[in-house]
Amino acid sequence: MTARSGRGYTALTESVADPVLSAPAGRSWWLLFSAGLVLTCVFFGSIFWLFYEGIGIFGNNTSVVWAYPIANYVWWIGIGNAGTLISCMLLLTRQKWRSSINRFAEAMTLFAAAIAGIFPILHLGRPLYFYWLVPYPNTMDLWPQWKSPLVWDFFAIASYLIFSLLFWYVGALPDFATFRDRSRSRAGQLIYGALALGWRGSVRHWAAYETFYKTMAALGVPLVVSVHSVVGMDFAAGNMPGWQETIFPPYFVVGAMFSGFAMVVVLAAIVRRFLRTEELVTRHHFEAMAKILLAGSIVMGLSYGTEAFQSWYAGDDVDRTVVAFQYTGTYAWLMWMQIACNVAIPQLLWLPAARRSIPVLLVIAVLINVGMYLERILIIINTLSRGHLPSMWSSYAPTLWDWLLLAGSLGFFLLLFACFLRLAPAISMHEMRKLVFEGGRE
Amino acid sequence: MPQIFRPGANAYARIVLVCLVTVPVISILVVYVVMGSSFVTGQNVFVDQSPPFSHQHHVGALGIGCKMCHVSVEKSAFAGLPTTHVCMTCHSQIWTNAPMLAPVRASMAEDKPLKWRRVNNLPDYVFFDHSAHVKNGVGCSSCHGAVDTMPLMEQAKPLTMSWCLSCHEAPEKMLRPEDQIYNLHWSPPKDQEEKGKALIAHYAIDPKHLIDCSVCHR
Repeated sequence: MTARSGRGYTALTESVADPVLSAPAGRSWWLLFSAGLVLTCVFFGSIFWLFYEGIGIFGNNTSVVWAYPIANYVWWIGIGNAGTLISCMLLLTRQKWRSSINRFAEAMTLFAAAIAGIFPILHLGRPLYFYWLVPYPNTMDLWPQWKSPLVWDFFAIASYLIFSLLFWYVGALPDFATFRDRSRSRAGQLIYGALALGWRGSVRHWAAYETFYKTMAALGVPLVVSVHSVVGMDFAAGNMPGWQETIFPPYFVVGAMFSGFAMVVVLAAIVRRFLRTEELVTRHHFEAMAKILLAGSIVMGLSYGTEAFQSWYAGDDVDRTVVAFQYTGTYAWLMWMQIACNVAIPQLLWLPAARRSIPVLLVIAVLINVGMYLERILIIINTLSRGHLPSMWSSYAPTLWDWLLLAGSLGFFLLLFACFLRLAPAISMHEMRKLVFEGGRE
Repeated sequence: MPQIFRPGANAYARIVLVCLVTVPVISILVVYVVMGSSFVTGQNVFVDQSPPFSHQHHVGALGIGCKMCHVSVEKSAFAGLPTTHVCMTCHSQIWTNAPMLAPVRASMAEDKPLKWRRVNNLPDYVFFDHSAHVKNGVGCSSCHGAVDTMPLMEQAKPLTMSWCLSCHEAPEKMLRPEDQIYNLHWSPPKDQEEKGKALIAHYAIDPKHLIDCSVCHR
């Protein structure tokens, strides 16, 4: 499972550092970067138009008051969940295979959570006042409404974002020092040197580092759970059929890990290709992640079943109407597509051959991400289209701007990730070296 | 390999670390202080008028009452500004040729109202009602100050939302008996706590709803 010990420390360091410090970017990287850049322009162009024209450009209406922006937010924050999960939980449970994927998974978390944080602002009618969610001294005597899950949400995202940034940075600190030492340009030495904070790799440094990193990891685990639980509570605390369910927080957390892991699979394939690190990110890693995806899909299936069962068992008329609408109504075809993507197709991963085939796994991972997006948008529009008041029943269709913002956010993520691949250590060299050392001793 | 940084770099690193914490906190506090200062609120700034009408002279020295000119203060949201005819009630008889009053005479001759500059300006999303306050125990000077000492009009209070709320949250501290509303030098008596509670009952005020959003915003 580890890098082959015979390769040695130098070879390992070279395989991570050289693509960044000396090798030219290459055509495929430029393609990735340009695609990201174009879509990023679409993203910020759409945001400009949104701010200029107002939220009327979305498909939302007076019944379906939440739609794509909130679904985008939940989807992105879900993707942002897996990085910290891999880093913290797998570190604490001593899953050594995490070392070759945790760094870019953390970067994914950071970028996804940052993009997620933009969308709640975009869905506001008056986005310029978003900072009213912050408790700060002001001449209006304005203070956040602590009973509102939206305020909890703000704190959950903010603390998660700060934590992810710090955890990613602390994890990369010794690797920045390696970059500093290997960098041949003065600018590289200065920038990586400043980022390395004077790291010399002394025993005292390492002792303090290990304690600090493990403590942070222990702090991160409750954060992973809390951030998406609070997202679940945004819905569960609302008085709407299909939302007001106690299953929501854990169901959202599992969904987030599920979609996040699927995204890690996609990115692992990209990293492998662009950095030519097939020896570091091996088929074994893909197989381990495939097993987690399989477990996730089973829990998702169970959650969907529980939701439907509970609404039938509770016997509430409005709840039953919403569930019936979910499976037979306007958007039923999307619901069945969601179940196919999230529950049915991942069952292929029971077959060892499917787990070991990267193309098959890649297709399944992309389908899971599509399925999880469908889940998020359907949770919103099914409930809002069939609320308590039949006179308010409605239906929803996204507009061009809804699509452009979604596509643009994907492009912005791609751009950030492409920059990350060219500027930072995409694989944790110091943790891989430890594995090489332990492999050599065995 | 030569050293990349000089020893002084350590100091810079420490300064950056300290700034990461202190700069956001300090900037928020600075913004708070600036937002509450008269630079932003416009408090205590004399506003030039043409003609330069003096409340100190008319109210303080001559003893003209508020309602002589601000006739609608008990009946409508807007306290009202005097028509040129009200000015001319006296000034057709006294100071008839005073150069200072030329704009008033011009207004009369051309049948165009005088252009006063607003001193106490609330945002358009605040629906302030003079009659609701004056008829329910809030006196003029609570918001406008002792205008009988002002040679030119100035905004006496900050008019920030937190200033409005300071009274809306605890109206008993500022309520006056009905005969004290137009007293420009009223100050709360020692037993204001008790009297205020009695006045809340007298004016039938429901303090629970005074800080609802829709009391001032619609």
